[in-house]
Amino acid sequence: MTPKPLLEIRNLHASADGHPILKGVDLVVNQGEVHAIMGPNGSGKSTLAQVLAGHPSFTVTEGSVLYEGRDLLEMEPEERAQAGLFLAFQYPVAIRGITNAYFLRSAVNAIRKARGEPELDPIDFLEVLEEKLKVIGWDDSFLNRPVNDGFSGGEKKRNEILQMAVLEPKLAILDETDSGLDIDALKTVAEAVNKLRSPTTAKVVVTHYQRILNYIVPDVVHVLVDGRIVRSGGKELALELEEKGYDWVKPEAQAA
Amino acid sequence: MSVIQKPEAESALDPRERYLAAYDDLRRERAGEPAWLSQRREAGLEEFRKAGFPTTRQEAWRFTNVQPVLRTPFGLFERDSRFQVSDRELGALIGGTTPGQVVVLVNGIFRPDLSTLKGLPKGVIATGLAQALASDGAAIEEHLARYARDSANPFTALNTALFRDGAFILVPRGTVLEQPIQIVCLAVPGGEPLMWHLRHLIVVEENAKAAVVESYQSLGGGVYLTNAVTEFVLGDNADAHYCRIQYESDQAYQLATTHSVQGRDSRLVSCSVAFGSALARHDINAVMGGSGGYLILDGLTVIGGRQHVDHHTTLDHAQPHCESHELFNGIFDGHSRGVFNGRIIVRPGAQRTDSKQTNNNILLSPDARADSQPQLEIYADDVKCTHGSTTGPLDPAAIFYLRSRGLSQAQARHALTYGFSAEVLNQIDLAEIRSALDRLVQARLMAAGEGRAVA
Repeated sequence: MTPKPLLEIRNLHASADGHPILKGVDLVVNQGEVHAIMGPNGSGKSTLAQVLAGHPSFTVTEGSVLYEGRDLLEMEPEERAQAGLFLAFQYPVAIRGITNAYFLRSAVNAIRKARGEPELDPIDFLEVLEEKLKVIGWDDSFLNRPVNDGFSGGEKKRNEILQMAVLEPKLAILDETDSGLDIDALKTVAEAVNKLRSPTTAKVVVTHYQRILNYIVPDVVHVLVDGRIVRSGGKELALELEEKGYDWVKPEAQAA
Repeated sequence: MSVIQKPEAESALDPRERYLAAYDDLRRERAGEPAWLSQRREAGLEEFRKAGFPTTRQEAWRFTNVQPVLRTPFGLFERDSRFQVSDRELGALIGGTTPGQVVVLVNGIFRPDLSTLKGLPKGVIATGLAQALASDGAAIEEHLARYARDSANPFTALNTALFRDGAFILVPRGTVLEQPIQIVCLAVPGGEPLMWHLRHLIVVEENAKAAVVESYQSLGGGVYLTNAVTEFVLGDNADAHYCRIQYESDQAYQLATTHSVQGRDSRLVSCSVAFGSALARHDINAVMGGSGGYLILDGLTVIGGRQHVDHHTTLDHAQPHCESHELFNGIFDGHSRGVFNGRIIVRPGAQRTDSKQTNNNILLSPDARADSQPQLEIYADDVKCTHGSTTGPLDPAAIFYLRSRGLSQAQARHALTYGFSAEVLNQIDLAEIRSALDRLVQARLMAAGEGRAVA
C-alpha cells in the first residue's frame, strides 16, 4: 500500500522584510513517517517551520504547500492548528495569568468546535489531561502554573510536548526542541515524542544537532542549506553530518 | 469706562476658597467633636491653606492635572437622606451577595439602616466613624490622622479638615474573622456636583486576622468628587487582606490615599483595582514598620475612553527582614491614560530587605498612553531590590503562539488581556469578590472589542 502524503511542499520560496530565506524547498511527508531537517545556522530551518505554521512575519513569494491535499498557505494559523498541524516552538512564549490547564482546554475546545465536536467541560477535560500525562509519564506540576511564565528553558520545551500530546496533531513540527536541553531532559522529551508516534501521524524534527536523532529515529534526513534541501537520505546521513560538519554538503563544495 | 466680566471674576476666585468655606459650613456639625480631633482638623486645614492644590509643575503631580476638579463647583451633600437605596440595588453592587458585614456609606455619610452589622465576634467593631467617635473615641484618637500625613498630599490635608464620616473597623488582638467586612461607599449623584471627604480607619490588632473590602460604586452617572483617606494599622503578627475597588461613575473624580502601617511579622495582601472615574489618583503608602513583615501590594487598572487613573505607591522599608512584592498591571483603551509611580525606600538599617516591583501596561489603542516611573532609594547595603516595567501593545509573538494552538485572533487577544488582569485578580483570596471583578473585566474587554471568553 502506498503511504498517503500528509504534506507536499513544492518549490517553496519565502522572505522576511524583503530578504529571501527559503529559495525553492521541495519536501513530501507521508503518514507514519518521521523526517529530520538539519542544517547550519541561518539555513532557513526555523523559517520553514514557521512558514508552515503561518507566521505573519514571512511572505511566501513562490511555490505551494498542500496539507492533506488542501492549500495550506490559504489557511489562517488557527485553521492550520484546527486541521491538525502543530508547531513546537523554538522559543515558546510566556502567557501571564493564564494557567496551562486553562490554556490547554481553550485550545482543545477551539479545535473541537472548529471540527463540529462538542466542547469539553473542565471536569471532562481534566480526565483527558490526566490520561495524556500518564501516556507521556509526567506529573501534573505544570498544569496550574501560568503558561511558560517563569519556566526554565527545559520546562518550556517539555511544555510544548505536553501541548502536542493533548492536541493530538496529525503533523507535528518540532523546531529545535532539543536545543538547550541537557541529556536527561532530552531523553524525557524524546521518549514522550516516541510514545506519540502512530501510523496515521507524522513528525518533522528540525534540529541543528544529530544527538536527538539517537532517540527519535527518523525515516528520512534532509539537509537544508541556504534555503534549499541539498541532500536527503536515511538516518545514517545524520551521523555523517555529525562527523564531517555541514561544509561538505554545501552547494559550493559540491560544485568544486 | 468700567467693564464687568463676571465669569472671569468667578474663575479668578482662589480654588481654595470654596473648600475653606465648606469648612465653615460644617462648623455646626463638628460642634460635639473631641478637642484632639478639632486640633487635628485645624492642623489639616492650615496645611491645606499653606500648600494649596497641586499643579503639574510639581514632580509628584507631573502627569495628573487636577484643574478639572478645581473648576467644578462641588457642594456639600445635604444630610437629609430622604432618598432610599433598595435592597435590590444594594444586592446588584459588587460584593452585594458576599457574606459578612457591610458598612454602607451613601454620599459620604454612614447609613446604619442600609448596613449589615450583625454577627460580629465579640469585641469587633464595624461602624460609621462619626458614630464611633462618641463610643470608641480613645481607640480612634490613638490612630486617626497619625499615619497619613497632611503634608504628603494636599487632598489628605483637606480630608482631615473636611471629613464628615467614614468607616471604623477594629479587630481586637487574637480575633480571627471568618468573613470579610465590606466598606461600601456608594455615590448617588444628584443634579448639582457634590463632594464627599471620607475617612476610614481600620485597625487589625496583634495576632488578629481580617479581610476588608473597600469599594467605591455609584448608582447612576454624574459628576461628583470623592476624596478618601484610609488608614490601615496592622499589629504585630497580624494578618490582613485589603481589597480596594474603585468603580466610580465615569464622570466622577476621585482623589485618595491609603496608608498602611505594619507591625512586626505582620502580613498584608493588598490589591487596588480601578475601573471607574474620569480622573482618579490613588496614593498608596505602605510602611513596613516592624521587622519580618510581609506585603503583597497589587493593583489593576482597566479603563478606556478619556479616563485617567494614577497609582502612586510608596513602599517604605523602615525595618529589616521585610519582604514586599508589588505588581501593578494596567489595560488602557481609547484615549485613556495611566500613570504608575513606584517609590521604594529602604531605610538605613533595613537590612535583608527583599523587594520586587513590577509594572506592566497594555495599550489596546494607539491613542492610549501609560507613564511608568520606578523610584528606588536604597540606604542599606544588604538588600535585594528589583524592579521591571513594560508598556506597549499586545505582543504579536504571543498572539501568534496562541493562534498556532487553534485560538482565533479575537480569542488570542482576549486570552492575553484577560490573563493580564487575572495575574493580579488571582491573588485575591475572596472568591465572590474575585469572580465579580472577573466579570467586570470581561465586560470591559468586551466593550473594548477584545472578544469573548475562550473557555
